[in-house]
Amino acid sequence: MDGSIALPAGRAGAAAFPGDRLRRAAESVAIPVGALVVAMVLFGVFMALTGKNPLDVYALIYRGGFGSGFAWQNTLQRAAPLILTALCVALPAQAGLIVIGGEGALVLGGLAAAVVGHAASGASPLAAQIGMALTAMFVGGAWIALAGALRHYRGVNETISSLLLTYIAIALFNHFVEGPLRDPGSLNKPSTRPIGEALMVGHLPGMDVHWGLAYGVAFCALCYVLVHYTVLGFALRIVGGNVRAARLAGLRVGWLVLVSCFLGGSAAGLAGMVEVAAVHGSANASLIAGYGYAGILVSFIARHNPIAVVPVAVLVGGIGASGGLLQRRLDLPDATVLVLQGIAFMVILAAETLYGRLRLFQPREQRR
Amino acid sequence: MSQKHPSTTRRDLIKALAAAGVGTALGPGLVGRALPADVVVGVIYVGPKDDYGYNQAQAQAAAQIKKMPGVKVVEEEKVPETVDVQKTMASMIEQDGAVLLFPTSFGYFDPHVIKMAEKYPKVRFAHCGGLWKEGLPKNAGSYFGYIDECQYLNGVVAGHTTKSKKLGFVAAKPIPQVLRNINAFTLGAKSVKPDITTAVIFTGDWAMPVKEAESANSLIDQGVDVITMHVDSPKVVVETCERRGIYVCGYHANQSALAPRAYLTGAEWNWITPYTEHVKAVMEGRPMNNFLRGGLKEGYVKPSPYGKAVSEGARKNADGIKTKMAKGEFVIFKGPLKDNTGKTVIASGTQEGQTDLVLEQMNYLVEGVVGKV
Repeated sequence: MDGSIALPAGRAGAAAFPGDRLRRAAESVAIPVGALVVAMVLFGVFMALTGKNPLDVYALIYRGGFGSGFAWQNTLQRAAPLILTALCVALPAQAGLIVIGGEGALVLGGLAAAVVGHAASGASPLAAQIGMALTAMFVGGAWIALAGALRHYRGVNETISSLLLTYIAIALFNHFVEGPLRDPGSLNKPSTRPIGEALMVGHLPGMDVHWGLAYGVAFCALCYVLVHYTVLGFALRIVGGNVRAARLAGLRVGWLVLVSCFLGGSAAGLAGMVEVAAVHGSANASLIAGYGYAGILVSFIARHNPIAVVPVAVLVGGIGASGGLLQRRLDLPDATVLVLQGIAFMVILAAETLYGRLRLFQPREQRR
Repeated sequence: MSQKHPSTTRRDLIKALAAAGVGTALGPGLVGRALPADVVVGVIYVGPKDDYGYNQAQAQAAAQIKKMPGVKVVEEEKVPETVDVQKTMASMIEQDGAVLLFPTSFGYFDPHVIKMAEKYPKVRFAHCGGLWKEGLPKNAGSYFGYIDECQYLNGVVAGHTTKSKKLGFVAAKPIPQVLRNINAFTLGAKSVKPDITTAVIFTGDWAMPVKEAESANSLIDQGVDVITMHVDSPKVVVETCERRGIYVCGYHANQSALAPRAYLTGAEWNWITPYTEHVKAVMEGRPMNNFLRGGLKEGYVKPSPYGKAVSEGARKNADGIKTKMAKGEFVIFKGPLKDNTGKTVIASGTQEGQTDLVLEQMNYLVEGVVGKV
């Protein structure tokens, strides 16, 4: 079975002592949490300098993001789109690519979903939704695969090309939404024709959070399994680790690059479908909200680990949710949240250098 | 700046006690509804509150209602037109106890405001933009202004000021509202000198500072000597005009501070009128007015004070037209009117007054405008 090949290779070192695996896990939790604490202290200092009581600020951040059922749903809802767009960075990153074009895949995926949804009105909702999701994933995937293909066949830097492709995607999106696909009824806010209430994706049972969250978590789980427990994932990581070694080993590097880009793009495309089918009901300029860019941040903080993407997205969502409360209660500008985000992410990234350096978390034989 | 704790403060308590005292003194009938707490009003902006444009115009009104006794205002800026704004509205209601919301961006309405209005039937949602219609929730409504009146006045002043007879317009998107402003501005200018032309550049989106600066520069290079605009923040266009030594008419809010030499006048929103009406309706327990709309006459829009460069003749002419508008006697769009391809768009003898719904679907540029929809 696929997993039996990859598993020992990936875990060989850690399995030597049973306690060492636990230490590793503890390290990967303790370092980011410690970094967060440091970041909060720094932010508190900044707040104190602007004349606010840091304790008030902390209390509000907690209340706004995590202090109640309402706050949690607020946070999770904001996190949902980021989970999927973060995967657009995290998956190609397994093969050593830095792709930052998720925004383009998202808007084109959303556009495709809106077109399919409108065409499928009258079909059974489930079939139409699956059709929308698959089309959006295909379009988003193909878009990012373009960047992968440019990389592999023409040697174009994928970071730059995926960013530039985003501008092209948005221009195409605007052209279609304001031109050939425009609903003539949408006078002052050009939109495509609505997909109709019947095809809308609803909320998770018992929550005020749409299904996008579940899609994202499921997608992350699948990606985690793919990356860590399959031959394909193993091959991807070899390409990411050393392309020449991968070539020597006979891996089809080009194909692997394209697959990782396609999968990443399809996650962002699905995010676009969710925006259309769960939120807007049609494709319009509101889709261009920067989720693709926020996803870059999330993926980097999560160290491109598909499972870690979920808690990081929740953290970003929570900061967004509490940012609102900070603005409303303390009359702070929106930029305050950016300062908090900036401090938090700088500290978390700086703390990366601590991995393997803290004695407490080292395997036993190295500690003597 | 206020240092309020999230929970009830002593000040709130004293206020409530004082109000209760007054209440018993006057009898319960008079103040019963407003007690025990302030009316909490939430205002939501899509951009920064100090953008010298669309958002600032709203924030100025919010700052004024903040001073009304018994009103507490909570604000959130830079809220995108996604589920974020739904969550912001819900947070204001659930966490702050807001009973009246002003979600000010045009794109907030469908689906976000409608959805929240259905979910919170006791809260009122006053949306800027004129999208409410019969059949939508009764606790939601629209307010909007006929700002093309002020753009017409901009055009009159620009027409008097221009030497090259070439005017410029930096616009976001070719949608009816924007086209109406471009046309009104051009008609105003042509009322002064019939051979004036207006060159239009569409930037493609509401906030594109770099493109807006490039557009302004390119217009100036073509010989344009007065520019106006319809973008979310006119800041860069106004500053570019000041720097390049030509004249500018503002939009949304007063930008004269950015261009003391170049600023002629401007088309400003006067949102305090609908804001006051909505807040008062809540305080007095009146049902919500779902569709508020007006121009100069009703106090929904106002021109900026004239700049130094505006001639005596221009002031007199513009003031005369303004007086007529304020009486409701002036019609901007009337036949015979041709578009810039030579097609008659309003037949001779037809008048399309401000409330005419045909104007909401405007899809042409009038004769004299250089540009394409």
